[in-house]
Amino acid sequence: MAVIERQPAEPYWVERIPAPVWAVGFLLLIMPAVANDFVLFQVFGWTFILGMIALSLMFLAGYGGMVSLIQMSVAALAGYMVAIFGPSGVEALSLFLPWYVYIPVAVVIATIGGALVGALAVRTEGIYTIMITLAIASAFFYFTRQNYGIFNGYTGFNLVVPPQLFGVDWRQPVPFYYLTLGMAALSWLVVVYVSRSPFGLALQGVRDNPRRMAALGFNVTAHRIAAYAFASVIAAFGGILLVWQNAQISPGTAGIPAVIDILVIAVVGGLKRPIGPFIGALIYVLLRSFAPDALSAFGLSTERFKLLIGLGFLLIVFFSPDGVLGLWERWRARRASKADPLRGGSR
Amino acid sequence: MSMAEGLGQVGSGAALELRGVTKMFGALAAIADVTMTVRPGERRAVLGSNGAGKTTLFNCVTGDFLPTSGSIRLFGEDVTAFPAHERIRRGLRRTYQISLLFGGLSVADNVYLACRGVSRGRFSLLRPRRGDALQAQADELIEAVRLTAARDTMVSDLSYGQQRQLEIALALAGAPRFILFDEPAAGLSPTERAELIKILTGLPEHIGYIIIEHDMDVALRVAESVTMMHNGRVFKEGTPAEIEDDAEVQELYLGGGHG
Repeated sequence: MAVIERQPAEPYWVERIPAPVWAVGFLLLIMPAVANDFVLFQVFGWTFILGMIALSLMFLAGYGGMVSLIQMSVAALAGYMVAIFGPSGVEALSLFLPWYVYIPVAVVIATIGGALVGALAVRTEGIYTIMITLAIASAFFYFTRQNYGIFNGYTGFNLVVPPQLFGVDWRQPVPFYYLTLGMAALSWLVVVYVSRSPFGLALQGVRDNPRRMAALGFNVTAHRIAAYAFASVIAAFGGILLVWQNAQISPGTAGIPAVIDILVIAVVGGLKRPIGPFIGALIYVLLRSFAPDALSAFGLSTERFKLLIGLGFLLIVFFSPDGVLGLWERWRARRASKADPLRGGSR
Repeated sequence: MSMAEGLGQVGSGAALELRGVTKMFGALAAIADVTMTVRPGERRAVLGSNGAGKTTLFNCVTGDFLPTSGSIRLFGEDVTAFPAHERIRRGLRRTYQISLLFGGLSVADNVYLACRGVSRGRFSLLRPRRGDALQAQADELIEAVRLTAARDTMVSDLSYGQQRQLEIALALAGAPRFILFDEPAAGLSPTERAELIKILTGLPEHIGYIIIEHDMDVALRVAESVTMMHNGRVFKEGTPAEIEDDAEVQELYLGGGHG
């Protein structure tokens, strides 16, 4: 036989991708063949965008132990920068620069903004991190609402559309679906990859034991701020897609309800793995999109859809503090232990 | 007092030099006016009853706490105001009395982080490649503290003794020049104690250390000099034999119900 240099126990990276990932990936790729425009643009497009912004929170909270409420504001800041540096319906304020200028500028400014908030927040722990980021998020909301010179106050910006790149109108449902799917998949892959890099491992070390990390030579503060910067990049791309989807941005985009929704999405999905926020976002978007119909079918006011979202959140948090992912993992563990009668209930 | 002895060594290239170090917690002095000099490569035991200020002394040296007054020099450099990670990067290491490990990570990841902490690329976003030098180093350390079989086990699933071994591996990572061991033998079985003594006495000669140890037998076997602390102050310094024979020490420590 020929000499095989590779050790047999070591599969190629393609083989190490679990079957469910292949299945979900395939389904998502062929989705435009079966789904209508509303499902593609409104349900999945929005799911991927909210999932990305919630993923940036999952990265900070799950790996870094820092629950930040600033992620939606960072996304909105990037969205505003796109509207200000790029084209919009507010011709007096927008600069109409080309896309290859305004996209990097928006991402860089949002990242600097997120890192600055991080620098203020990282010296606090737990509930105080939540409070300080919430305070800054509401300050950002009121600032955008009252500032007319840059942010155009209460009205914000309308007609903010993506560039017509490669002759494609990216706001059409199918192109927009693939654009958001591609960006969401890329963010997910990057977070999965980085979680096992020295930076990601060290961040998990900081989460488990900051004092020991310092005693190993790590600058804990710098590491936490860097994590905010990294998460801000993902949130910024989410924010750019969000402003393109809505074709407008106004203070309400990063209002307190929107800020809280990102936390709800991340917690409902699960903070332990990068896929959690996307599951949470899908549940949230489905409830937002179809709860009014369900309510009116029962003869209730469609205005009550928030009640359904709240109840769903309550149920999930009550039965599974680690979100839908936690439910799924416990179900699998129970099935695995049943399938093996010899080892019984031992996991 | 051993002040004269300490003063005699000023500027002679000591590994660690404390001058009048005091740490107050409110009105209570956890350690008061501690002056101590340790040569490079010297192995010293710090003895004393509970509350004598031994762990506070370590916390001041590593920068976990800043001292209220006094100065700390590490290999001739004044590090009194340095944050912990800057001292570690200068060759100082420590272990903790109650294991401080990363429960959500595997043994290999814990040791890898310890190796990474004192090397470049702490912020690298790229995963280490197979055969990465630091990973090889980490595997050697895991081998040295006999945890190879548990390499991929989550730290939260390790036994108590294994966690103590991992504590030591973390302190040996990088190129340590001086290590502070905080009761490494506490809670270990006699066999595990024998292992520990082997690991400590087998360290390269240039690595000095201070060990806090309640077990006199362990302390006197792994140390060449002894500092006795009492109520936050340095009470006696000398060789193990001198300390053992000292009447005051016997009355205070060996006789007076320790355990």
